[in-house]
Amino acid sequence: MAPLLQVRDLVVEFPTRRGTLRALDRISFEIAPGEILGVVGESGAGKSLTGAAIIGLLEPPGRIASGEVLLEGERIDKLPFERLRHIRGRKIGAIFQDPLTSLNPLYTIGRQLTETIQAHLPVDRTEARRRAIALLEETGIPAAAQRIDHYPHQFSGGMRQRVVIALALAAEPRLVVADEPTTALDVSIQAQIIQLLKRICREHGAAVMLITHDMGVIAETCDRVAVMYAGRLAEVGPVHEVIHQPAHPYTTGLMASIPDMESERERLAQIDGAMPRLNAIPPGCAYNPRCPRAFGRCTRERPELLAAGATRAACWLHDASAQVPA
Amino acid sequence: MSSVLPLDSLPFPAGERAGARGAPLAASTPLVQATDLAKTFDVSAPWLNRVLERKPRQLLHAVDGVSFAIAKGRTLALVGESGCGKSTVARLLVGLYAPTRGSFAFDGQDAHAAFRSAQGRQLRRRIQMIFQDPYASLNPRWKVQDIVAEPLKEHGLVTGAAALRERVGELLSSVGLAAQDAARYPHQFSGGQRQRISIARALATHPDFLVCDEPTSALDVSVQAQVLNLMKDLQRRLGLTYLFISHNLAVVRHVSDEVGVMYLGRLVELADRQQLFAQPRHPYTRMLLDAIPKMHDTGRARTPVQGEVPNPLNPPSGCAFHPRCPHADARCRAERPVLQEIRGVRVACHAVEEGRV
Repeated sequence: MAPLLQVRDLVVEFPTRRGTLRALDRISFEIAPGEILGVVGESGAGKSLTGAAIIGLLEPPGRIASGEVLLEGERIDKLPFERLRHIRGRKIGAIFQDPLTSLNPLYTIGRQLTETIQAHLPVDRTEARRRAIALLEETGIPAAAQRIDHYPHQFSGGMRQRVVIALALAAEPRLVVADEPTTALDVSIQAQIIQLLKRICREHGAAVMLITHDMGVIAETCDRVAVMYAGRLAEVGPVHEVIHQPAHPYTTGLMASIPDMESERERLAQIDGAMPRLNAIPPGCAYNPRCPRAFGRCTRERPELLAAGATRAACWLHDASAQVPA
Repeated sequence: MSSVLPLDSLPFPAGERAGARGAPLAASTPLVQATDLAKTFDVSAPWLNRVLERKPRQLLHAVDGVSFAIAKGRTLALVGESGCGKSTVARLLVGLYAPTRGSFAFDGQDAHAAFRSAQGRQLRRRIQMIFQDPYASLNPRWKVQDIVAEPLKEHGLVTGAAALRERVGELLSSVGLAAQDAARYPHQFSGGQRQRISIARALATHPDFLVCDEPTSALDVSVQAQVLNLMKDLQRRLGLTYLFISHNLAVVRHVSDEVGVMYLGRLVELADRQQLFAQPRHPYTRMLLDAIPKMHDTGRARTPVQGEVPNPLNPPSGCAFHPRCPHADARCRAERPVLQEIRGVRVACHAVEEGRV
């Protein structure tokens, strides 16, 4: 099956007075139709920026310096604003972290939904409203026919995020970019929203790029996962393998540092140090100063994504063509 | 940033903490004893509106009769969703709020009476707080030296610039920072390092009791692991007692000895950590545990919890959890359950009491 979204060697740079910062450094991945890809990493790793670059919402002065983004085989990274605006919403829906800031507080949710539907689909107002109510019902909003005329502030946080999901799916997009959709919500609500997102995207045949820092959410929701570190991809693979047999030492450390509900440990494994700042990324592998298994080559050459069992990892330990110290 | 120092390099002067050092003391008399603590906020409309628009007075019962005890050297964790009153409990315990009802005894004395009296200063020295947001809780215009030295000066513990500098250096190295970091400003540190600075500041006065309000929820997981490990090491070394507030059950399971689950201002279950996680009794505790995404359970289908936390201004009658509870019956809707010991666990639930669950 041809991939729905292809990202090839994407580089995003921020020119600053003290030189150009490279925030995303040659990111490549694909999303198949209907697939849920999780993107995980610590703050500043470039997860949200990847999402923003794909939907063309990079904040200036950030810009795509090189590489390409293809949606259904068509390049969308160089499109003029108006063309891209048409694709956004119609082909790519977006869900952001804070449901209150992604809704206009001055309009009823019904108006925002029908406006979105009519902007992208050839339907009249009554049909748009009928669809809006159906969408709200689908996302589990009780008494949708009455609630549609309410304003965002009249909804609770969880209900608002349901409205945002309805909004993202209003024009039947092929891909939904969800950036930390449950981070602002309580655990019991988070579980509801994740289930909803998963179910509704499957029913509408939409692929999802789910950006989150919560490995538990990734484990439950995604088919594949991409682990990011310092603006680069560290590892990509099926979610089960990445969690249970991580190939990149960073993924291993990350997994071990998460307090879980199963094991009985006195101390959590910790990765000492912190992720490097963008202006101080070390040569070679960005993780080498913190890596317990780093060797000479790691400080000189940057590894590409290499096949490592069921996953692909940017780590010289998996270079089959070279001698690796034990 | 180096990792946590070995135990023997503890920079506290010898003898200063005699009795508190070494292994946690036996759980005999509780250091912290909260009895029927309650805090009500008046959220009424302004007086003129109440008169003209005939609006009633409106009271928000943020904490409504919470009782617990923490033994010296132990950690009690409070968990619950936003708005359940856990942060209000924290503020009551450090004296930022005065309770509307109930009392809080610290080391045998009535703390809120002491906060108002001349001994208040002494008590504040022994109770310190670590806040959630390391970006908001450090003054950006102050150097780390001044931030960490402030409690020392305030309580008159160390005098003289050289002695202050030395003590701040010791405190910083005890939390895994370098003494030279004292000359820098908070913005020059990462989130995890900033939280270490707030821990150093809290430790400056040799406290016995630390109230930690979501100390790691603003941090990334790998940094969270560093801070949690540091807090555990410090507890073991200094015999600290913690009240640890969090919404993250996995973190709570890792750090606590006992766990209290709060819902809408009340404790619904209070149990030993192992018991609570192995055998949760209250339906709300079960729901919370079931709601956490599990790392090692990929693709598991769960039955998600129904409903949301009700508006605390207008809480449901009877048991506040009854609209979301699968075991609710007429008694739950009418009569509020009290926290009582049922088969070794303190739980507030009619269904558990009657053996229906």
